[in-house]
Amino acid sequence: MLAWTIYLSFIGVGVLLCLPAARPGAARAVALLTALAGLAAGLCAAAHHPPSPALAEVTTLPWLPSLGIQYHLAADGISLTLVLVTGLAAVAGVLFSWNIATRTKEFFAFYFTLIGGVYGVFLSFDLFLLFVFYELAIIPKYFLIAVWGSTRKEYGAMKLALYSFVGSALVLVGLIATYVVARTQTGVATFDLPALAKVVFPDQFQVWVFPLIFVGFAILAGLWPFHTWAPTGHVAAPTAASMLLAGVVMKLGAYGALRVAITLFPQGLRVWQNSIATLAVVGIVYGAMVALVQKDFKFVIGYSSVSHMGFVLLGLATFHEVGLSGAVLQMFSHGVIAGLLFAVVGRMVYDRTHTRELSVLEGMNLGQALPFAAVTFVIASLASMGLPGFSGFVAELSVLVGAWHAFPTAAVAAGVGIVVGVGYLLRVLQQAFFARGEHAAAAAPPAAHALEPITLPERLGAILLIGASLAIGLYPRLLLDLIVPAWQSPLFTQLRQQAGW
Amino acid sequence: MSSVDYLHLLALIVPETLVVLAALAILVVDLGVMRQAPRRYRCLISAAIVTVACFAAMLWMHGVPQHAYALEGALVVDPLTQFMKQVLLVLVFATAVLSLDAPFTEHVGEYFALLLFATVGMMFLVSSEELLMIFVALELTSLSLYILTAFNHRNPASAEAGLKYYLFGGMAAAFTLFGLSLLYGLTGETNLARIAARLQGHGLDPLLALALVLTVIGFGFKIAAVPFHLWAPDAYQGAPTPAAALIASGSKVASFFVFAKVMMLGFAGSEGSGAWARLTPGWVPVLVILAVASMLLGNLGAIAQSSVKRLLAYSAIAHAGYMLLGLITMAHTGQRQAGMAALVYYVATYGLTTVGAFGVVAAINPAADDERLADLAGLSRRAPLLALCMMVFMLSLAGIPPLAGFFGKFYLFTAAVGAEPDHLGLLWLVIFAIAMSAVSLYYYLQVLKQIYVSPAPEAAPALRPSLASRLALGALALAVVVLGAAPQLLLDPLAAAIQRVL
Repeated sequence: MLAWTIYLSFIGVGVLLCLPAARPGAARAVALLTALAGLAAGLCAAAHHPPSPALAEVTTLPWLPSLGIQYHLAADGISLTLVLVTGLAAVAGVLFSWNIATRTKEFFAFYFTLIGGVYGVFLSFDLFLLFVFYELAIIPKYFLIAVWGSTRKEYGAMKLALYSFVGSALVLVGLIATYVVARTQTGVATFDLPALAKVVFPDQFQVWVFPLIFVGFAILAGLWPFHTWAPTGHVAAPTAASMLLAGVVMKLGAYGALRVAITLFPQGLRVWQNSIATLAVVGIVYGAMVALVQKDFKFVIGYSSVSHMGFVLLGLATFHEVGLSGAVLQMFSHGVIAGLLFAVVGRMVYDRTHTRELSVLEGMNLGQALPFAAVTFVIASLASMGLPGFSGFVAELSVLVGAWHAFPTAAVAAGVGIVVGVGYLLRVLQQAFFARGEHAAAAAPPAAHALEPITLPERLGAILLIGASLAIGLYPRLLLDLIVPAWQSPLFTQLRQQAGW
Repeated sequence: MSSVDYLHLLALIVPETLVVLAALAILVVDLGVMRQAPRRYRCLISAAIVTVACFAAMLWMHGVPQHAYALEGALVVDPLTQFMKQVLLVLVFATAVLSLDAPFTEHVGEYFALLLFATVGMMFLVSSEELLMIFVALELTSLSLYILTAFNHRNPASAEAGLKYYLFGGMAAAFTLFGLSLLYGLTGETNLARIAARLQGHGLDPLLALALVLTVIGFGFKIAAVPFHLWAPDAYQGAPTPAAALIASGSKVASFFVFAKVMMLGFAGSEGSGAWARLTPGWVPVLVILAVASMLLGNLGAIAQSSVKRLLAYSAIAHAGYMLLGLITMAHTGQRQAGMAALVYYVATYGLTTVGAFGVVAAINPAADDERLADLAGLSRRAPLLALCMMVFMLSLAGIPPLAGFFGKFYLFTAAVGAEPDHLGLLWLVIFAIAMSAVSLYYYLQVLKQIYVSPAPEAAPALRPSLASRLALGALALAVVVLGAAPQLLLDPLAAAIQRVL
């Protein structure tokens, strides 16, 4: 069932490529169907997942037996959570790119290549397979941004592609070294994650290989100071691609760091714990402060992504069950909320006003011209600030609780980051939608009535994402019942011993 | 020395004989019968003869597996050399199909005959473990390729490229010959295995070191490794595109294979070590220097190119650097089989990819001698299939899964790290290689950016490449995808062949 999330995406790519170029409507329909089918498959699997630490095996086929490489797909609660957020982001992304008119089928073909790769990463339990899917996701991002993007798109696209590739190069070095060391130690050549998780790697090996793999993945999760691809990439990307970048691609990085680096090398995490927490907190506070002074609406959201992903990394570094669960929850929550914010900025506002300059938007009185956009953005901001009732609250609170046990100072600093977050969100909210002061009077509203109204696909997409955030915020056990048992699985035996739970 | 059984010898060289006969047939048919026919038919007939010869030779090797060590190693026929010959024949076949549209010459028969003569040279090259035979085969290949490079008499750049290639090549041949003669003087033998036996316990004295370095210079030229690469960008750019494809693929495959054999068999015992902080003299550190320099200069040089063929030339230099890692791995006895398998997989898939990439360049504009990067602008809208093929080739060269280039790199790097599993001594070299392949993504993406992102020029018409080249390119792209996703298709027969030989 779950494997179909991957296959359906690639089948969708095949169908899209066969469609005639003159029929964008058909391409959109195929895209929406593909995305919905993926989401449905993910939801079914999540509903049937027993609340136990056992892996839900999907497929195991020998691929390259001589090298110990298998085609091994499986899922635990953590993968399922991320499969769900991928499904949500994919559906919403299609809805918000309903207005793509140039080379529509190519757009969706690249889009679903990316989605298929992302599903693949979340379901792979063989490190070679995981890496294959991870790299598969790099190239479509480049084209999505370079062809359909805006502001400095070729620069942003190339920067993103190179950062991702450098990150995966670090990971590749680490994986090869891990493979060879495990083979020397046990005599068995394998890339199978459950098998490698049983190997106790020598301490001095873990000390250098852990940062290699962790940082390699975390580059894509926006780890400060390697985050600079994120704002430029997000800004340059078309709406759906920014939603995917923030919504799922950054999670690829965080997921990889958790699934590979932390699972296999807990001793390495012990050594580097404080450094990672420091970088994460710097990311949280720095991202928020920089967002506070941006002039471009989308840059504000871009930097806020860096800030919120800091919470994921902080949670990962805590060695605490609550903190780790919070990190996974935050991956879901940020995927939904950032998607929503980018949808408002990119699709609802920019595609209509053709500007993202806050000073220009101030004069447009968008609060009245686009009431739906304004309401959506208010809700999204509240969710992003971490208001109780939304998913962000549960997630960031759990991370802070975990962090409090491990490093109280970092928790306090992260709290400061949250406060600054409220600041920049209120500032853009006021400037973009509710500025009625002297500016609005001075700059005559340039035909506010001429802005086309919000379309049905946009409304549906927004409602879907808000609904998801509210559902998790009001009843977090929906996901926590998936995530929490997963920590008891044999995969994390070494981590549990190291952490002492 | 017993008398030579010529019939037995003839049976061993049936594939080579077939290719030579085909070359002669082409000359006879083209010069004798088809002189007045339109060029299109002459090309078709010649290519058909090439096809028949290639497939007949492959079928023969497939159907009649032989294992022989004849004439003191001058002719080694075993599963591995037969495997290499099949790879070469596939590459030559692809080159011939892509030459169909090329309007660069009136001398069709001579062109295809030279193509086959170069092939024969390469086939003898891979099946020899004897210095004289290696040298003769190397020269046969090189001389044919020099002429092919200069074959476009309408383009002065082609003549210049041919001359440059020839002068550098002649110099390199002199170095090789000097090195080989020193080796002979030291040991009194020309057979690789016996040379190694004589050198056993000899230590790395200055004369041997000199012979070693001179030999490496000669082969370094053939594989276009830095600092012996200077001919490559000019030759690739000036040569007719299909000829450049053969130089970059077939010639490289054969040279790497024989280079590996000479080093591994002939200089066995004086390997030295290239491990980090434990460098000891021998041929491995020499190759390490070449590898590092090639990866660095090839990748950085490619960034600055604006001609597609020059870019491919620098990329070829960089790839030579990666491939040298395979040779370095083979110096470790425990990893010899893995190193050989990784090297052969890498060069074979690299050959397919490169022929494909040159084929796309040739198909876009058969009349042009040189393709600027900007000429590719908007190709995805002018010829979607060509664009898709080029994407596959470029991404494979960059090492993106699930394409063959990725698995080749992965396998090569894993074998290299596994060569010293206790200290991970070669890890530094692998880290460097992986870092450099991250650099390479930049310029491969530049090509794809032109194809997919840049708008097509206003006046540009839709492209309709010929059916043959579309089929050939499609098949090559498919092969790159399939061999990447299911590498065991190539690896299993390769491993079986290697197991019986090494």
